[in-house]
Amino acid sequence: MAILEARALCRRFGAVTAASNISIAIEPDTVVGLIGTNGAGKTTFVNMVTGYLKPDSGRVLFKERDITSLPPRDITKLGICRSFQIPQLYDSLTVFENLVVALGIVQRNTEGSIFSRTFKLVPASNAALVYAAETMLERFGLIEYREKEAAVLPEGVRKLLDIAVALAVRPEVLILDEPTSGVSSDEKFTVMETVMKAVRANGVTVIFVEHDMEVVSRYSQRVVAFYEGRILADGSPADVLANSDVCKFVIGGPRTAHMTPATEGRNA
Amino acid sequence: MTELLSVVVDAVIYSSWLFIIALGLTLIYGVMKILNMAHGSFYALGAYAAASLVGYWLGHGYPPLASYGMLVLAAILVGLITGPLVERGLLRFMYGKDEIILLLVTYALFLILEDSIKIIWGVNPYFISEPYGLLGVWDVAGLSYPFYNIILIAVSVLAGVGVAVVLQYTRPGKLLLAVIHDREVSMAMGINVNRFYMVTFTVGTMLAAIGGALTAPTVSVVPGMGVGVIVLAFAVVVIGGLGSLQGAALGALIVGLVRSAAVHYLPQVELFSIYVVMALVLIFRPKGLFAAAEVRKI
Amino acid sequence: MIGKGYTVHVLVVALVVLLVAGPFMHKWLFMLTMSMGKGLVVLGLIVLLRTGLVSFGQGLYYCVGAYTVGSLGQFLGWKNALVLLVGGTAAAAVLATILGFLLANYRSIFFAMLSLAFSMILFGLLVKTSALGSTDGFNVPAPTLFGKAISGAGHQYPLFALGCVVAFIAALLTNAYLRTALGRLSPAIRDNEIRVEYMGASVRNAIHTKYVIAGALAGLGGALTAMTIGHIDPEMAYWTTSGEFVFVAILGGTGSVIAPFLGAIIFEIIRTYAYQYSPNTWQMVLGSAMLLVIIFLPAGLWSAFAYRSRRG
Repeated sequence: MAILEARALCRRFGAVTAASNISIAIEPDTVVGLIGTNGAGKTTFVNMVTGYLKPDSGRVLFKERDITSLPPRDITKLGICRSFQIPQLYDSLTVFENLVVALGIVQRNTEGSIFSRTFKLVPASNAALVYAAETMLERFGLIEYREKEAAVLPEGVRKLLDIAVALAVRPEVLILDEPTSGVSSDEKFTVMETVMKAVRANGVTVIFVEHDMEVVSRYSQRVVAFYEGRILADGSPADVLANSDVCKFVIGGPRTAHMTPATEGRNA
Repeated sequence: MTELLSVVVDAVIYSSWLFIIALGLTLIYGVMKILNMAHGSFYALGAYAAASLVGYWLGHGYPPLASYGMLVLAAILVGLITGPLVERGLLRFMYGKDEIILLLVTYALFLILEDSIKIIWGVNPYFISEPYGLLGVWDVAGLSYPFYNIILIAVSVLAGVGVAVVLQYTRPGKLLLAVIHDREVSMAMGINVNRFYMVTFTVGTMLAAIGGALTAPTVSVVPGMGVGVIVLAFAVVVIGGLGSLQGAALGALIVGLVRSAAVHYLPQVELFSIYVVMALVLIFRPKGLFAAAEVRKI
Repeated sequence: MIGKGYTVHVLVVALVVLLVAGPFMHKWLFMLTMSMGKGLVVLGLIVLLRTGLVSFGQGLYYCVGAYTVGSLGQFLGWKNALVLLVGGTAAAAVLATILGFLLANYRSIFFAMLSLAFSMILFGLLVKTSALGSTDGFNVPAPTLFGKAISGAGHQYPLFALGCVVAFIAALLTNAYLRTALGRLSPAIRDNEIRVEYMGASVRNAIHTKYVIAGALAGLGGALTAMTIGHIDPEMAYWTTSGEFVFVAILGGTGSVIAPFLGAIIFEIIRTYAYQYSPNTWQMVLGSAMLLVIIFLPAGLWSAFAYRSRRG
């Protein structure tokens, strides 16, 4: 049973077709990479799946349930979370406070009665909250940034925080929108390693949008290539990255699955 | 039939007056993203300056017909003096801050200006009704209107057309459109944004002052006459869409018609009706009738 | 962020001090009770301010609270102070719930000016309603508590005490609210609404709730003020009245629930003396003070006191 399924999603923005009959079925506990040039429709796909955009036609199903018309907050509560191409953080709050706000809402949403949801105090000294926040700080290597305001963090750390906040919700499906874009090359693998380790232990299904083919081939079990709103190829990383169409339209030249000349000599 | 005609004519007169003021407000917002809460004070300044200048002019026996020119001159002077003063002396230190902070700054400015007027001119009312009756009346299907109102309408149309022409067909106008669109990119391209801001603010205050100056002969000029104006002007600008010139015109017409109808048929709901219309417009078009397109955020 | 613990202690101490010193401060009682009323309105404002929203129309609810008290007394003969306070607050809360549906869609300047417009609608309505005294308004029948008069010459202390207690409870409850998950959402909404939605919370509902809280508090403040002055008029809904509340909110800052009351007291003191000294420059003083605070103390006066103030 597919945990997340898109059926014939179509979406246009004026004269631009961002999605044309997109159908994908994602199996639980897998890692799927989405690749494609800019404007191919990857982020539009993510926006539609997470409720930020409504498709012109087609459906999105989560665990067989139709979620196409739900707003982002309901989809989040059901168990799908995402991070953003441009990290969406609370810039005037510290890293710790960013996490506390997220965890507080999660705690509130999991409260049973509407009475406790409205009136339950979540003081800063709430032990459970603080413990959960500190655990996340540790898991994401953010302890040294605990008291820094989100606005002053380096890009890689902002990405990590963005993903951490998404994970605070304990989703079943995590969608990462270009997790390493804008991140310096030495930070890229730190980000991916940290995220994957934190996530895969819990059997979370991961879908990530990426431009860096190395990251894609290293971490994904399945790759879906987008081009001009259509799916060009869908299969194992080796197959997709060797596909002639994909090479022509997306990557720009034949690549082998793992080592590329630019990374030879770089290790660990 | 006569009733209907009088409603329409009253509406056109009122709309013209509203448009002059709203035009300045929407121009300042469109370019500088500042909602000028002190707009009403510049309006009052225009009225007081006009009262003083025309009072002096007529008092010294100069040709009464030129008093119309004096009205406009007073307003222009007010704009030329206070506009750059306020923009360079206060506002420019606040650019880049949150819209709300700027709103509060203009509110503080309003408070300061209101008392400044009292200090300069005192609290007693001024009357300069001569220009109002000077040109006689004009008969329209049995109703008589002072010819003065034609001047009001003419100035209003001139202002609207003038601004539109400058924006669309002149080089500085097109540069201004670029600045409206994106301040930072305009700066990166070498446009002197600060100078545009100063000019825009000056023109905006001048327009408010002209509105006040033209009103001066029709009312008694008293402290606080500008206080109610900002709320009306805002309603007009919101209905039309913040920053839109056509919006200000259409908004002025709508508000003018609604108010005129209310005054003629159900006077108790005059102010109420204007805001009801505003609320209705906002329910169906949350950003006003001529709203700008939203940019994608994520 | 609120939640340092000392807030509650300070509130308790302040209440005790006021109640104990009250009987010895006859000249100040009126002004202090007025400050409590104003402070309540401003308390509601800072709930909104922390969310990044400035309401320039709290005068609407302030006026509704006051006129409810006046009407209940004048037309129904109800005099019990507690009943009047509850009535004023409830009426304001109901109106805020209704208007909140429209206003929760707006932010920043639109929110500010729309709220202003609504208060002006009430002003316009009241001015044209002769049954309610038009521009003159009308007098509020003297309220009573447990059967005894609590206002008027020689009886100012009971109303003052009531005002202090009411303000104390309101501050306590608001402080508690600001520490709940929804209360903490304020700066988050101000910074990044999209993120808040993606965390599973409804920004619209949160703002609506905060708006109702602010309206209710303003209504409570108006009710208290009506009983204190003994007279109500449409000026309470005029936008410049709302502007004064905004001024006090800026002056005090959003750092603590104590700030609104402190700011209100300072404001009343300044106003009394500035008006006596030179009534034609009072607004100028206000405007200049506001500019100074905005430029030099963006976090309000409270930041000068608090040892930890990282943002305004």
